[in-house]
Amino acid sequence: MLTTEQRQNRETAVRFMQAHAVPQATAWDEQGEIPRAILTRMADQGLLGTFIGTGQGGRGWDALSFGLLCEQTGAASASLLSILTVHSMTLQAVAQWGTPEQKQRWLQSLATGKTLAAFALTEPDIGSDASNITTRIEPEGTGYRLTGRKKWISFGRHADVFLVMARQDKLPVALLVPRDTPGLTVAPMTGLLGFRSAGLAEITFDNCPLPAAALVGRIGGGFSHVASASLDLGRFCVAFGCLGIIEACTLDAVVYARRRRQFGVPIFQHELILELIADMITGAKSVRQLCYHAAALRQAAEPESILETTVAKYAASRTAARVAGNAVQVHGAMGCSSQTRVERMFRDARICEIIEGSNQMQQLMIARNGAAEYLREARRLEKGTGDGVGA
Amino acid sequence: MQAETISHEVRGFLEPYIDDTEFSNDDDIFEMGLVNSLMAMQLVLFLEKRYAFKFEGADLDLVNFRTLTRIQDLVTRKLGKA
Repeated sequence: MLTTEQRQNRETAVRFMQAHAVPQATAWDEQGEIPRAILTRMADQGLLGTFIGTGQGGRGWDALSFGLLCEQTGAASASLLSILTVHSMTLQAVAQWGTPEQKQRWLQSLATGKTLAAFALTEPDIGSDASNITTRIEPEGTGYRLTGRKKWISFGRHADVFLVMARQDKLPVALLVPRDTPGLTVAPMTGLLGFRSAGLAEITFDNCPLPAAALVGRIGGGFSHVASASLDLGRFCVAFGCLGIIEACTLDAVVYARRRRQFGVPIFQHELILELIADMITGAKSVRQLCYHAAALRQAAEPESILETTVAKYAASRTAARVAGNAVQVHGAMGCSSQTRVERMFRDARICEIIEGSNQMQQLMIARNGAAEYLREARRLEKGTGDGVGA
Repeated sequence: MQAETISHEVRGFLEPYIDDTEFSNDDDIFEMGLVNSLMAMQLVLFLEKRYAFKFEGADLDLVNFRTLTRIQDLVTRKLGKA
């Protein structure tokens, strides 16, 4: 059940997406670009910093309200969701780990969307193996020189500032790097399966000079804390965004199945079509529960929120890929055409199984860390005090 | 709060995640492979919630989290500042 405030926040997101994103999303996908004007409009509505306090330029929304915004954004355009995600990941890093000077310079500007951000971790040869990134800084004078390449950077084409993961010697660091830094170049990436209008780019840092104030957190804490916390928020966004894809695909499949007639009746009356739709509805309802559970734990800052968010992202992205496939199947040939949005969602859902940590990495984390709950219960049972896993 | 209580409570939080591996208060739990990135984040949230403070960027030195003794020292410092 949503509170009155959460319902209002959800309505704000629904109204915005229905008016400004849903009608344009397929055109953006075909053009490979989301106009900056839509992001300016989102910023004007305060939708790029909802989870930041009102005193710092945000709207002070709770975790579930932010999730509901991600759901509606995902239902409209997964590319727009991707931009919201990477901007939010950088915003969160500044809010959580930034120095007073960094907060002064960036926080309000990011929360109000005057400055737009991207998150730069992945490299041409490094994806899941993030502890071995090769982008590096070397001390120079009172600051640093940054050298390296990043690839598959969502919104890299247009971001004003990047949260860049690098290393000093063997120690991971996180840095705020403005787009106009000398030596920084951006090469747009095209020919993508999905997220075609998310502004993906390859970023090259050629001996970029940076002040000491660019460092977020301490040297050595860049990945274990800054990047990890950002990726945790990213997984939260993607989980809810996938919920949006699932709901949109299910809606379209149900409507189409009631309208489309074969063998003299709507295909909704064919039992094998109903089997597909039953699977979609069940997926939507179960993923919603996982997402809401993760949001409640996140709001309470519970340690379990990290694992439950990972579980939600893993389940939501797998379900979104399956449900989008079902939606294409229900639509038949039409589902293979850009005349329907399920065609785009089918491609985008597949990307959600890879971003913010591939699902194989999520499986490793879930199995290794989720097993603790069962080990605890096993020990309780040995002592005769077991009360059930999940109790 | 006694300093030893902190390391005891942190050990209690970590132990279910690391099965039966024995480690001393001065063992490097990261180097031993006992703590991964997900657990590191859970540990941060556990410490913030249990001891009612917020970590800041300046605390983010992995050295502060490598052993139970160092975590205990960090929490003691944070509580002293609170």
